[in-house]
Amino acid sequence: MDPKIVAFCCNWCSYAGADLAGVSRMQYPPNVRIIKVMCSGRVEPSFILRAFEVGIDGVLITGCHIGDCHYVSGNLRAEDRVKMAKELMKTLGLEEQRLRLEWISASEGEKFASVIKEFVEDLKSVGPNPLGKGEASCP
Amino acid sequence: MEEKEIRIGVFICHCGTNIGGSVDVPAVVEYAKHLPNVVHAERNLYTCADDGLTAIKNAIKQHKLNRVIVASCTPRTHEPLFRSTCEEAGLNKYLFEFVNIREHCSWVHMKDTEGATEKTKELVRMGVARATLLEPQEEMKIDVEQSAMVIGGGIAGITAAKTLANQGFDVYLVEKEAVLGGMLRNLYRLFPTGEDSLDSLQPSIAAVEGHEKIKVFSSCELKEVKGYIGNFDVTLLREGKEVNFKVGTIIVATGAMEFEPKGHYGYGKYDHVITQMQLEKLLKDGQLKKSDSVVMIQCVGAKGEEVSYCSRICCMVAIKNAMLIKEINPDADIHILHNDIQAYGAEYEELYNKAREMGIRFIKYTPESPPCVTMDGEKLKVEVYNELFGEQFMLGTDLVVLSTPLVQHQGGVEISKLLRVPLGKDKFFFEAHVKLRPVDFATDGIFLCGTAHGPAEVAESVSQALAAASGAGIPLSRGFVQIEAISVKVDLEACIGCGFCVEMCPYQALDMVDGKLEIIEALCKGCGTCVATCPTGALEQRHYQNNQIISQIKSIFHPVIE
Repeated sequence: MDPKIVAFCCNWCSYAGADLAGVSRMQYPPNVRIIKVMCSGRVEPSFILRAFEVGIDGVLITGCHIGDCHYVSGNLRAEDRVKMAKELMKTLGLEEQRLRLEWISASEGEKFASVIKEFVEDLKSVGPNPLGKGEASCP
Repeated sequence: MEEKEIRIGVFICHCGTNIGGSVDVPAVVEYAKHLPNVVHAERNLYTCADDGLTAIKNAIKQHKLNRVIVASCTPRTHEPLFRSTCEEAGLNKYLFEFVNIREHCSWVHMKDTEGATEKTKELVRMGVARATLLEPQEEMKIDVEQSAMVIGGGIAGITAAKTLANQGFDVYLVEKEAVLGGMLRNLYRLFPTGEDSLDSLQPSIAAVEGHEKIKVFSSCELKEVKGYIGNFDVTLLREGKEVNFKVGTIIVATGAMEFEPKGHYGYGKYDHVITQMQLEKLLKDGQLKKSDSVVMIQCVGAKGEEVSYCSRICCMVAIKNAMLIKEINPDADIHILHNDIQAYGAEYEELYNKAREMGIRFIKYTPESPPCVTMDGEKLKVEVYNELFGEQFMLGTDLVVLSTPLVQHQGGVEISKLLRVPLGKDKFFFEAHVKLRPVDFATDGIFLCGTAHGPAEVAESVSQALAAASGAGIPLSRGFVQIEAISVKVDLEACIGCGFCVEMCPYQALDMVDGKLEIIEALCKGCGTCVATCPTGALEQRHYQNNQIISQIKSIFHPVIE
């Protein structure tokens, strides 16, 4: 099984952290697709559910460390919304390990790479998304 | 503004072999040609080079493109370039979409051409989906307060302040100590010239203190900084009282401090084990007792033990101070125990050779068997395993000098939180890009220089300060900045006036007036947190619209035609 991950990265910390992983040539498996948002607080639970609906196996939300958010408190909102999304996932019968929240700073390229590696392994043991892959119709 | 027909041009960059070496670029181009709304796709050796940019402009005209996608490096360095190329060809720059296939793909999957190529196709597909839904935007122009604040009054801060003031801008120079000068005040002579540190410092301090454009706030603490490029509101604390002013740009020059080697090599236990900084003071004050033998130990706490990095300057500091001791007492027996000598550049190499000629001895130790300092009667005793000779050496000595790295201080950590600019792994301030933007922060309008950025010698600190002052001067002299069009807007028909969004905004950009939502666009920074909380979808963030993000999610597995 080759899990597919979508990662929402904030512009200021995590996207730069992912860039640094590249600049430092840290190798990680090619399972992740990054979507850039300005702040982790922009990620709505509906984005997360939409990703699972289309068959994504894992959703990663990354932001600045608590206290370092470029927008003061956006990452705290992200934290709340991840909790909310996990509740919704439970009702849908989705394992909560499929949703992961990580704080990755602009200087933590290494952390970005290791989070991806870990998440891929975790998802392999959780198994494929029960909602199927790319088949769900989404209006 | 709705375009009738979406016409997308896709430009895939080889970036030499940086992308082309791990991604089958021709295959991606062929793939892109068949994606919905794509009317043109090509590959370039370097899309950012002249011919690449010309190709974009020509294609916009020839194929009547109304969306442009470049799949290459990171938007953090190259988006402004490609956006302005689109503008030159008459295309609104918000109709440009960047796909990162180097930092996020070819460089991290270097040995997996198949995986990297498949991923690149998907990333381009996601980019096409998003580009299809992009909308043109107008940027707001905001006036810039034509003044700057420099935080830190060491040689870097002084140089930056003087440079900006000489360009005609008002400068507020903030220093926490009572006097200007920073670390340089405590040093004796500087390498490689041997000049007195105060000789090079005093004229600069005098120039700053007497400058009509510079206001020096010494013994001051930074309390709060609000706002954004062009309009920062600063609050200082001076003798417990608040001082407020407005600046357009900010330079961080908060310096560093010497690592205190408590518990290392008898430091704090034996009187005659001191640091290089303490040695500088003894030399400066003429208080150094005649020492017949001196042992210096390099990399104390550096390169792994307490901090992971090499502090770069300590080798030259040790060599310089050893030579100064030799000048006072030519018969002194001096050993420098090192874990590789950093003497970069022709001048430093020369100084190192001169030190050897003067009879200063260099012994390489290994980090696995570091030297050991003990007391032998009245004298200090240093044991060291000489890697070259392969045997244990025993050195009796009057003085042990520890070379310790420069480290970030608590004040710097606090400033980073206050300004919301990042620190790196080594706790020093972290620049926007190590090569291309070495004195900028990712946050517009804030710059850095000097040892706040990492260990540096005086010439490097001054060069950085001049660069930072030049960068900070650009928006000031232009007089205005354009704010990225990523603010939020509301569809009042869909808004139910619940007010959840108002609570979300950290900038008070949203307000509920008579049950109706009002947005103060100039205050919105574009985080989009309010949009994510809107229960009816009435709020929308420009350039990061819900439908744009969802289209990226939906097209991960297969092309989606909206």
